[in-house]
Amino acid sequence: MLSAVFIYSQKGEVLISRLYRHDVKRSIADVFRVHVISSAAGSVRSPVTTVGGTSFFHVRYDNVWLCGVTRSNTNGALVFEFLYRFLGLGVSYFGRFDEDAIKSNFALVYELLDEVLDFGYPQNIEVDTLKLYVTTESVRSKSVVAEPPQSVTMQATGATTWRRNDIVYKKNEAFVDVIESVNLILSAKGTVLRADVQGQIVMRSFLSGMPECRFGLNDKLVLDSGSGGGGGSGGGDRGGRGRALGTRAGGMGGSSGDGESVEIADCQFHQCVRLGKFNTDRSISFIPPDGEFELMRYRTTESVNLPFKVLPVVREQRTVVEYEVLVKSNFSAKLAATNMAVSIPTPPSATKCHIKVTGPGKAKYHPEENRIVWRISRFQGLQEASLTAVVDLASMSKPVPWSRPPIGLDFQVLMFTASGLLVRFLKVFEKANYQSVKWVRYMTKAGSYEIRI
Amino acid sequence: MMNEVIQTSLARLQIMKAKALAALRKGENYELRTELNSEYKERRKEAVRRVIANMTVGKDVSGLFTDVLKNMHTDDLEIKKLIYLYLINYAKTQPDLVILAINTFVKDAEDSNPLLRALAIRTMGCLHVQEVLDYLCDPLRKCLADANPYVRKTAVMCVAKVYDLNRAVAEENGFVDAVRGALADSNAMVVANSVSALSEMSAMAGGRGDVWRLDTATVGTLLTAVNECAEWGQIAILEALAEYRPASEREAEGVCERVLARLQHANGSVVLTTVRLLLRYEQYVKRADLLAQFAKKMVPPLITLLASEPEIQYVALRNINLIPQRHPQLLSKEIRAFFCKYNDPIYVKYEKVDVLVRICSGSNVDALLNELKEYAKEVDVDFVRCAVQAIGRLTLRHEAAADKAVDVLVELLQLRADHVVQIAAVVLTRILRRYPRSQFAATVVQALCEHADCIREPDARAALVWALGEYSEHVAGAAGRLSGVADGLVEDDSGVQLALLGAVVKFFLKNPQQGQQLVVRVLKTATEKCANPDVRDRAYIYWRLLSADPAAAKTIALSERPPCRDDVPALPEPLLAELIAELGCVSSVLQKPARQFVYARTDRAGVPRGVAGANDCDDDDDDASAHPAAPGAAAIAADGEPELLIAL
Repeated sequence: MLSAVFIYSQKGEVLISRLYRHDVKRSIADVFRVHVISSAAGSVRSPVTTVGGTSFFHVRYDNVWLCGVTRSNTNGALVFEFLYRFLGLGVSYFGRFDEDAIKSNFALVYELLDEVLDFGYPQNIEVDTLKLYVTTESVRSKSVVAEPPQSVTMQATGATTWRRNDIVYKKNEAFVDVIESVNLILSAKGTVLRADVQGQIVMRSFLSGMPECRFGLNDKLVLDSGSGGGGGSGGGDRGGRGRALGTRAGGMGGSSGDGESVEIADCQFHQCVRLGKFNTDRSISFIPPDGEFELMRYRTTESVNLPFKVLPVVREQRTVVEYEVLVKSNFSAKLAATNMAVSIPTPPSATKCHIKVTGPGKAKYHPEENRIVWRISRFQGLQEASLTAVVDLASMSKPVPWSRPPIGLDFQVLMFTASGLLVRFLKVFEKANYQSVKWVRYMTKAGSYEIRI
Repeated sequence: MMNEVIQTSLARLQIMKAKALAALRKGENYELRTELNSEYKERRKEAVRRVIANMTVGKDVSGLFTDVLKNMHTDDLEIKKLIYLYLINYAKTQPDLVILAINTFVKDAEDSNPLLRALAIRTMGCLHVQEVLDYLCDPLRKCLADANPYVRKTAVMCVAKVYDLNRAVAEENGFVDAVRGALADSNAMVVANSVSALSEMSAMAGGRGDVWRLDTATVGTLLTAVNECAEWGQIAILEALAEYRPASEREAEGVCERVLARLQHANGSVVLTTVRLLLRYEQYVKRADLLAQFAKKMVPPLITLLASEPEIQYVALRNINLIPQRHPQLLSKEIRAFFCKYNDPIYVKYEKVDVLVRICSGSNVDALLNELKEYAKEVDVDFVRCAVQAIGRLTLRHEAAADKAVDVLVELLQLRADHVVQIAAVVLTRILRRYPRSQFAATVVQALCEHADCIREPDARAALVWALGEYSEHVAGAAGRLSGVADGLVEDDSGVQLALLGAVVKFFLKNPQQGQQLVVRVLKTATEKCANPDVRDRAYIYWRLLSADPAAAKTIALSERPPCRDDVPALPEPLLAELIAELGCVSSVLQKPARQFVYARTDRAGVPRGVAGANDCDDDDDDASAHPAAPGAAAIAADGEPELLIAL
């Protein structure tokens, strides 16, 4: 298990050093600095470095290095999961996790490190619970209630460490955000090499007491087994792909009742979800934490609705490179993509650039980044736009070959899911039997959307 | 003259500066001491903070021990925690003075606030000082039986700390038994920490199972607890279960089925540890349908790990690399999931390419070759080499890929990018060595000759020279080219020299008239002027062979050689089993056995240590420098991770 945790500034100055075991001493911090920070020069060959008998696991974040040290054959995945969770904890406590934040809160950082690891074993690292008892004036949280320690400790160790049992809201509400990232690698010939959707269901719950929630999706396995109810399974091909998933769906008590089901390749749940139950009948039931949390992550690979088609033609000649890039949106005309950016790479030897855009948006050449960025604030569904550009190259005696990086797309489309996923229901049961209002939103954005040229 | 004056005055200035700094530092500790004894609470608090800040940056503040200790008795939890931190750091150097703090600890351990009780017991365990042990036993015993689970989970962990310091004390006081008992605790977190503590103590005792051994009843309890405890506890329990030898086949199946749900956990290390357990239990479960079902269930979560943070991806990929060596077909359909994104960190890209070569089956080799061709056009020189080499490795494994691979490599040669040409030339000749009499020999040799002017590095030139000798009939002007290389023979790299010897001999044997003059010239230069004894020796052998028995020379030099083999390094089975048993751990990330980098915590724990705190630290120094890595470790270690050993 972990023997020590160090936090370094960008240059390698030790900001925090916390030893958990006596098999290392503080000077081990210098070894990491010498071997990794000083020699890295920007590029890290491996996040795990073993020097002698000591292994260093590091994560770079903002302008700090967070490093876990062990002398044993520790579970490496656990160390990185822990380091990232600790980063998240820091961000939640200080607003950011950088040198200044750590320096000005160093006492608190030590306090947190004392609480989240014992003898190098991760303990409770739930932000909500920790905030109940690890507090100092530097935390600007809304209202720090002095909790009786008895109930705090029960929560820190109990079966639902993520939730206090005395929460009361006047109005009981729950918001569900379905956020999908589409990842695409398209070959230069236009064949899809890889397309998948990484979905995330983020919930913000403002519910009183200990609500028991049940959550349903148009999961193919559930619907096909016929237990889904709401008549989703027989939908067949009703409605074209890429249709709008309804307008802002308010109070979606029952099933949405329309259309197709989605084949989920894999999903992961927040620890509040009862995995055993999911494993037996694929139902998602849980007692949610209060406030915002990521309920589940999922991945689909079958029949992904790609929101954009890009048809690039790039002709490389001796002194110029000619571009013709056609972008087509492939979703309902009622919807629109926002914050769209098309990044088109140019050779490093480019000198001048003539661009012409047909359609919305503006394009600008960024010589320092070797690319043309075409920004479109709003791109309607079923629309087309194109860009043509001619890039002059510096004449060189020996032409340097150009690696032709891919064209990248960035966008977000509201009320559209690339996977076709739908939230069918969210049911809340609580002892007090109160009414609750539930809202759902859908958004698809670009993950790594690469079109090779 | 002038320079000297400046030098000396500079040196003097520096001495003065150092002195001034020393005075300042002394002054700072002095000032802190005053502040620590201030009558104002706020000033004392600020002083404690500054002490810890100084401690963090490595300044020696051990001299303030008593002054810091005076502030320990306070209601301010922040100050208390900071002072405890100070104590943990300096207790070893001042074991006598630590006793002064004991009173507060013992008092806190009885406090009505469970957080304070836990804090006291946690910190006392961390002090790692023999003298404290006597005072720790009573409070620890109470805390182990505390009504509050938070205190109990801290207390069981404290037993492991005591055990580390003094095994006898931990056993005689029944603490170890108490932890064993805590496995049946009603609180899942206490159970999880007990599992961690017991595993830890068991490892300290040499892992022989004297500390604890799982039995069927306990396994049942743990399987229940795994559903209830936090993610870290789940990992501890899964790790312990992975070590367990089920009593029956039925039990093994049961365990697998109950942990299967963990594959859906958001925490990547829970997923990997579950995979470890499932792979380990493959030796106990006999039903083929179940095994297939478990294996199939592992795949999607493993692929999903590729969407996590790069560092976790790296750990996952290093581990996924092991799986096809056990289940060759399991991942072959998922090949596209491992295609590199342009912005992946370089260490992720390397691992992806490595996995791709391993999981590729004959059916998708074309798609993969196209993909590797793309990578070979990127800018990072090392990654390009890696991609081109992967093309070679892939071709050596799948004969069906050879034609396509040669096309791809020839295409890459035509780009004439310096770093691509060098490696592509080497890989092309490797393919020829694998499939010697194939139809594309002519294409390859002609392509190499066409771009000979770009072939610059010794390896690549040796490859070209070899190809010229071996396939001189396919290319015009082979003699001229060989002769050109022979002109610079003396200064050349020994690899090229050796290749040239072989090549001119083969050329001569095939074309006696054309080659005679050349072979004499080369052999003469090599024997008379080359500095490398191997080159001279080889030249002599050829010379004597040719002059003694030309017919024998022909059979020897032009004989059919065994094709070169698939060079994807497969781990030997015992090591593979060991690494799979430790899936997710450092060993399986580095892909070398733990004993090569983890030095056993010998029975030192039984011996009183910490009395001479300073000496104790020195022991650690020895550990780090005195155990060189076992030979061969560097070969197994991943690229870019040289075995680094320095004295600390």
